[in-house]
Amino acid sequence: MSIVGERMDSATQAARIGFGERLGGLIRMRETGLILIIAVLFAVMSFASPYFLTWDNMRAMAMAFAVEGIVVVGMTILLISGGIDLSVGSVTALAMVIAGLLFLGGVDPWLASLVAIAACAGIGAFMGFFVTRVGLHHFIVSLAVMVIARGLCLLGTGGRPLGLYTLPPEFKFIGQGAIGGIPVVIVIFIVFTIASDFMLRRTTMFRKVFYTGSNEKAAAYSGIRTKKVVFLTTTLCSTLCGFAGVIYMARFGSAQPTFGAGMELNVIAAAVIGGASLTGGSGTILGAILGTILLSVVSSSLALLDVSVYWQDIIRGSILLTAVTADYYFNKRRG
Amino acid sequence: METPALLKISGLSKSFGPVRALRDVSFELRAGEIHAIAGENGAGKSTLMKVIDGILPPDSGDIQIDGRSVSIPSPLAAQKLGIGFVHQEIALCPDVSVAENIFMSITNASKALLMNYRDLEKRAATILARLGNIDPTVMVRSLSISQQQLVEIAKALTLDCRILIFDEPTAALTEREAKKLFEIIHLLAGQGIGIVYISHRMAEIFDNCDRVTVLRDGQYITTLDIAAATPEQVVASMVGRVIDSLYPEKLRDDEKSEDILLEVTNLSEATAFRDISFQLRKAEILGIGGLIGAGRSEIVRGICRLEGQVIGDVSLHGKPLSLTHYGDSIAAGIVYLSEDRKGDGLFLDMSIAANISALAVDRIATRFGLINERREKHRAERIGRQLSLKCGHVGQPVSTLSGGNQQKVAIAKMLSVDPKVIFLDEPTRGVDVGAKAEIHRILRKLARDGVGIVVISSELPELIGVCDRVLIVREGRITGEVTGDAMTEENIMVLASLADEGRDRTAA
Repeated sequence: MSIVGERMDSATQAARIGFGERLGGLIRMRETGLILIIAVLFAVMSFASPYFLTWDNMRAMAMAFAVEGIVVVGMTILLISGGIDLSVGSVTALAMVIAGLLFLGGVDPWLASLVAIAACAGIGAFMGFFVTRVGLHHFIVSLAVMVIARGLCLLGTGGRPLGLYTLPPEFKFIGQGAIGGIPVVIVIFIVFTIASDFMLRRTTMFRKVFYTGSNEKAAAYSGIRTKKVVFLTTTLCSTLCGFAGVIYMARFGSAQPTFGAGMELNVIAAAVIGGASLTGGSGTILGAILGTILLSVVSSSLALLDVSVYWQDIIRGSILLTAVTADYYFNKRRG
Repeated sequence: METPALLKISGLSKSFGPVRALRDVSFELRAGEIHAIAGENGAGKSTLMKVIDGILPPDSGDIQIDGRSVSIPSPLAAQKLGIGFVHQEIALCPDVSVAENIFMSITNASKALLMNYRDLEKRAATILARLGNIDPTVMVRSLSISQQQLVEIAKALTLDCRILIFDEPTAALTEREAKKLFEIIHLLAGQGIGIVYISHRMAEIFDNCDRVTVLRDGQYITTLDIAAATPEQVVASMVGRVIDSLYPEKLRDDEKSEDILLEVTNLSEATAFRDISFQLRKAEILGIGGLIGAGRSEIVRGICRLEGQVIGDVSLHGKPLSLTHYGDSIAAGIVYLSEDRKGDGLFLDMSIAANISALAVDRIATRFGLINERREKHRAERIGRQLSLKCGHVGQPVSTLSGGNQQKVAIAKMLSVDPKVIFLDEPTRGVDVGAKAEIHRILRKLARDGVGIVVISSELPELIGVCDRVLIVREGRITGEVTGDAMTEENIMVLASLADEGRDRTAA
C-alpha cells in the first residue's frame, strides 16, 4: 500500500504510469549500468596496467568466467523459480571426479562424461524430491547435498587430484582447443548463454518458471504445476553443474576433488548483481552473465594490481552488498 | 452545544509531492458518538487517520482536542492525547502471549529490567473482561482472527484512550464476529469514548453509526446524521454522481432458460464437504452463500480440482468431465477466481499482459512453444478494453494499479481462456463502490453472453443484488436455495446458520 492511500485520482494515476514506464527503463538500465561499470573498469585498468588490455589477459579472463557462466545460468533460472542451490561447487567437482574415475577405469571419456552429467541430474532430482515432495527448504537440502557431494569427491579420490594424462586430444579439445583463435570454451559459453537467454524470455516453458517464482500460489491457481516446475529447475541447475564439471576436466586434464569450494557464493552473487531476486520471480541471463563478468574483471584487475588475495574477497563481498542495497531501495520505491 | 467537540479538525491539507491527498478537510467528533468516515479507496480516509495518529505531519490546518489546539508529531504523542488506533491489518506478535501483546508499548517504554508477567496478565485480564472471553496467557497465534482483533482493541484501550479509530475492522470478520465487535463498539461509546469508524460498507454504517462524514478525492464532502440520511445519498456523495441502481438488472422471466450449463452431482471431499449437487442454468448468475468456513470456497475449488480429494461427477453441457488437475478444468473451460487477489490471484510484480496470459500461455505461443509478445500484448489490450481496464499500457506491473483495476486484471486472466464457467470467490472484496458496480455489470453481461457465472460472497447485499438464485452452504452441505422474492438477508442467514438437523428448509 502506498502512503497516499490505496488509489490515486487520475492525475496521480497518470504519474504512476509514467513511473511504471520509467521502471521498465530502470530494469533495462541494470544491464546498461553493469556494462557501463565494466567499461569504466576496463578504461581505468588499461591505464593502470599495460598488461590488462592484451589478448592473453582478455582470453584468460574469459576462460575464467566462461565455464562458471554455465552454472550461473542454472542458478539464475533456479533463483527465478524461487529456489537456491548451495551445492553447485561440490556437484561440479563431483562431476569431474565421477568422469575422471570412470575414465581411469577404462571407460570412454565421452561416455564417462555422459554418466557424470546424468549423475548430477540425479542429484538435482534428489534435491528436487526433498523440496517438492517432502517440503523442505532449498537452502537446507542443498546445504546437506553440498557437504555430501564434497564427501563423495574426497571418498572417491582419497582426497588427491586425479591426473588424467591419457585423455584423448579430441576430448581435451573442448576444454583447451580453439576455433579460429577463439577458445572452444568461450564459444560454448556464448552459444549457451544466447540460447538460454532467448529461451528464458520467449518460451512458454520458462514463462511458467517466472510465474511460479513470482507467486507460487497464484501460479498453482493458474493451472501451472508449480512443483513440477521447481523440480525441473532444481534438476536443471545440477545438470548444468555436471556439464561445467566435465568441461573443467577437459580443460585441466585432471579431476580435483576440492574444486569449486566457495563457487556457490560467486555464482549466487553474480546472479543477484545481475538482477535475480532471492525471493524469486525476477532475473535475466544477460544480467547474471554481466554480473559474472564484472566479478571476474574485478578479480583479474586486483590480481594484476598485486592486491592481496585476501582483499579480493572483501571487495567482492562489498560489490555484492552494494548491488543488493541498490536493489532494495529500488524495490522499496516501487512498492 | 456548549462543550467543545472532543476532536475538531479544520482546514487540514496534506500533499505528497504533486498529489494532494487531503484538501481543506474538516471533521468533528463528539464524545460518545460513533462517527463513520466513508469514501472510496483513495478518497483520503487513511491519510486523514494517519495525520490524526501522528504518523504523517499535516501541511496545514488545525487539530483541536477539547477546544485546545494540539500538534501530533508522533504516534506516541497521539497516545498521550488519548487517541487509540485499531489498524485494518492485525499487527500482533503471533508467538507471544496475549498479555504481552496488549502491553507491548508500555513494556517498551518501561525502564524495568525484568518482566513482571503475573502483573501483566492480571492487568490484561481486567481489560479483556470488558471485551470478551480471552485468556491473557495464550499465544496470539492460537486465536481466531476476530479474537486477535479484540486483542488489538484491548491494546488500544490500555492507553486510556478517549478517541478510538477503527480502520475497516470487519474486513476479515464473519457476520457473527462483526456483530460482536459492534456490541463492543457501542459499549465503548456508551462509556463516552468517541469512535471514528472507517468503512465503505453501507449496511454497517447505517446499522451502527450516529453520523457519517464523506470524503472524496481528498476533499470534505458532507457530514450527515444517519437517522436522516439514506444509503443512496451517502453512496452518491462518495462517488460524486448518482448511481441509479447499485446492482445491474436481474434476469427477466422470459430470458430464463432451462438449459443446463453445468451440473455437479454428489460431489464429496474427505472432510470439507459432502453430497454437493446443483445445476447452473444458462444465462443465470448463481450465488453461493454461507458463513465463512462453511465450505463454500472448498466446494468450488474442489469442482475445479484445485484442492482436496474429490469424488463425484461434474458435467458440462451434459457431457461428463474427467478432471484430475486444475489444468484439466481450465482446458474444459471451468475457471476459478480466487478470493485473495494479492495472495494467490495475481503476480503483482509482473506485467498486466503476463498476468492475463498466465492461465494459458500456450494460447499466445507459436507452434514451437515460443511466446509471441505482440499477440500477448494485443490479447491483453483487447480483454482490457472489454473490461474497461484503466491502465497506461499493458506492460506496466499490476502492483501499480488500484484495487478495482487489479481485480479486473484477475477477471481478464479468467476471460483469456474463453471460459464456459467462471467461479468467482468474493469478486469485489477490497474494491471501491464505483468499480464494484462495474464488475457486477460485467458479470451480468458475461452471463447474458452465455458464460456460466457462479459468485461466492460474504456480503449478503451483493449476493442478493447480483444473483438470480442463491445456494446456501452450511458445514460442507447445501442447506437450501433461495430465488426471487425469497432472496432476503434473513432467509439466507437462517439457512446459513441454523442447525435444524435433518429438516433443511428450502425457501422458494
